[in-house]
Amino acid sequence: MSAQPSDAMAPEAPSPPVTQLVIGSLALVLIGGILMAARFPDPPLTAPVLLLVGSAVLFASCIVLLTRQPVFAWGVLAQVGRWALLAYVVIAGMIEYSFVHNHATGTPLLVLTLMLVMFSLDVALSIGYSVARFAGPAQR
Amino acid sequence: MATVTADGISSAPTGASRRAIQVVPLRGLPIVAVIVLGLIVSIAANWRWALMFYHVAGGGLWTGIDLFVGFVIGPILGRLSIPARAEFSAKFMPMMVLIMPTLVVMTLAAGFQLAVVIGNLDPTSVNHGWLVASFVVVGVMATIALGVLEPANVAVLFEMNKPRPDGRVIARLMRRFVYSAGITGAMQVATLLIMTRVATQ
Repeated sequence: MSAQPSDAMAPEAPSPPVTQLVIGSLALVLIGGILMAARFPDPPLTAPVLLLVGSAVLFASCIVLLTRQPVFAWGVLAQVGRWALLAYVVIAGMIEYSFVHNHATGTPLLVLTLMLVMFSLDVALSIGYSVARFAGPAQR
Repeated sequence: MATVTADGISSAPTGASRRAIQVVPLRGLPIVAVIVLGLIVSIAANWRWALMFYHVAGGGLWTGIDLFVGFVIGPILGRLSIPARAEFSAKFMPMMVLIMPTLVVMTLAAGFQLAVVIGNLDPTSVNHGWLVASFVVVGVMATIALGVLEPANVAVLFEMNKPRPDGRVIARLMRRFVYSAGITGAMQVATLLIMTRVATQ
């Protein structure tokens, strides 16, 4: 991950509510995780699955909003986001490992894994977008 | 991970030539790897002492650093001049990028395993309700840390690495720290109350 130099300061421009949506997506997936961890090893599945779907919808909304931006530093988002994704995949892997070690299997494990994927994507997008939105014109 | 040198800043906070900011201090990564490996071994072996060490040491440092940064460093930083704030942040924030996620994963992974081993996660346990309360507190802190603080932290470092860092952007991003310090501080105090209660029931 590197910060590329820009030639000018980032202009003030109205930005889509990506930060708010990605925080919402992250919150939903964390609530689902809390519900599952609280009832481990026999977690409820309906509520976590609904929260996971809600989280995925919010995440997809972020991507749609970004694609509608006339000018956006996609390169910066990808560059920063992939390193953040790598870091948080390691963290998510630790959480997954804890559950697998404690004999989580079948549908609960699948739901948990998808939640951890969503969690990692949310954090990567959140960090990547925060950097990319202030990228200079040379990076857009 | 490469870094970029930023020289000749006309609108920069410092106005002087600066060294490049390494967003993630590479020298710290082997230490993180050793800590994470130790954590994996502790969980795999259900080694209660090591799990307790990881959970208590990680949690204590996490809480202590959060409160110290939020209520001591933060207000001091807010009263410094922009160049002094930038100089401090350039050295402080890369360390936080590495330290805080490591402490969080230490605390949470070891804590979950400890709860399983001790039996606190059992719904019939007297501590189960307190544990769920701690999950909620951690959930709120994680949302703030991962959705607000960490992105702002990284974005400030990238802004400062530009040839012409925008002081307004840095000030705007750093305001997030001030706003969220109160919430995370309250959550950390709640964590202390819950954990001391769990440990003495």
